[in-house]
Amino acid sequence: MNRPAKLMIGLLLCLFALVLLWVFHAALMQSPGARLADLAMDSLPLSGVKNPVTAVLLSYRAYDTLLELAVLLAALLGIWSLGAATPGFQPAGAALAAMVSWVVPLLILTGGYLLWVGGYAPGGAFQAGALLGSAGVLLRLAGDERAGLPSERAQRRLVVAGIAVFALVGLGTMVAGIGFLTYPPGWSKWLILLIETAATVSIGVTLAAAYAGGKPRSRASDGATP
Amino acid sequence: MNGPTLFGLCGAALVGLGLYGLICQPGALRKILAFNLIGSGVFLLFGVIAKRGGGALSAAGLGVDGDPVPQALIITGLVVAFAATSIAVALLLRLAEISGRSTLERAGSGSHSPTHERAPAPERAA
Repeated sequence: MNRPAKLMIGLLLCLFALVLLWVFHAALMQSPGARLADLAMDSLPLSGVKNPVTAVLLSYRAYDTLLELAVLLAALLGIWSLGAATPGFQPAGAALAAMVSWVVPLLILTGGYLLWVGGYAPGGAFQAGALLGSAGVLLRLAGDERAGLPSERAQRRLVVAGIAVFALVGLGTMVAGIGFLTYPPGWSKWLILLIETAATVSIGVTLAAAYAGGKPRSRASDGATP
Repeated sequence: MNGPTLFGLCGAALVGLGLYGLICQPGALRKILAFNLIGSGVFLLFGVIAKRGGGALSAAGLGVDGDPVPQALIITGLVVAFAATSIAVALLLRLAEISGRSTLERAGSGSHSPTHERAPAPERAA
C-alpha cells in the first residue's frame, strides 16, 4: 500500500475515532433512565449469590455462559484438528524453575480463592480459569511440553467437563419441571458453585491446551526425542 | 478531564489504531493483533458506559459500582475474543508451515513486499 493511501486512511480513522468519542460522550451524558442494573439488583436475593455480575453470568443469562463454554471447546477442537503441538522450550534454568515452583501453586490457590469469592465480590469461574490457564502457560514456558496437563485422554474429559456439568444441571432442572437452567430456590447457590467449579477446571485446561497450540503428544514419543 | 472521559479517549484511540493496523498492515499476525486492539477498545468503552447505570445504584446505597450486565457481557466477550485469537494464530502457524507465507496476499500479488515473503517450503506430505 502506498504512502498517500495510508495517510488518507489514517486521517479518516482519526475522524472515525472522534465520532466514536462523541457518541460515547453523548451516551455517558444521557440521563440514567430505566436500566437493566435495577432489574438485576431487584432479583439478586432470588439468585443465591451476592455478586450481581455472577448472578448475570450464571443465573439470568446462563445460556450465554453455556454457549461461551461451547465456543471455547470449539476453538480447542479447531486447534487440535490442525495437528500436533510444537515441542516446548528446553527445561528452565535453576532460577526460573524455582520461581515457577513457587508461582504455580500460588496461582492455583488464588484461582480457588477467586472461584469462591465470586459469590459475593468480583471474581468467578472465568477469572479463576484464567489463572489456572496462566499457570499452565508458565509451566510450558519453563519447559514442560504439555503445560502441566495430564494425558490427552484425561484432557479431553476435563475440557468437556464444564459444559457437560452445565448441560446436565440444565437438563436436570428441565426434567424436574421448572425449565432449562431455572435453579430451584435454596439450591441455586450450590448449583452455581458446582457449575462454576467444573467450568473453572475446564477453562483452565482449555486455555493451557490452546497455548500449547496443537494436539498433545504422547509421553512415549518424548523419550525418543529428549 | 475526569476518569470516564479519559477511558473513553483511550478506547476510541485503541479502536482507531486497531482499524488502521487491520487495513494497512500486510502481515497476518499484525492483523490479528490489530483486531484484538479494536476489541480491547470496544470492551473499554463498553465498561465505562456501564458506569452510567452505577450512578443510580450507588445513590441507592447498594455499594455497587457500575451496571453488572455490561460487565458480565465483557467477561463473555473476552473469552470469545481469546478463543477466536487462539484459533486464528493456530491457523496462521499452519499456513506458514505449509506454504511458507505469513500474509493473506496471493503469492503473485505479494511481490512488492518481499520482506514479508519467506522462501516457499517444499510441499509436505499430509
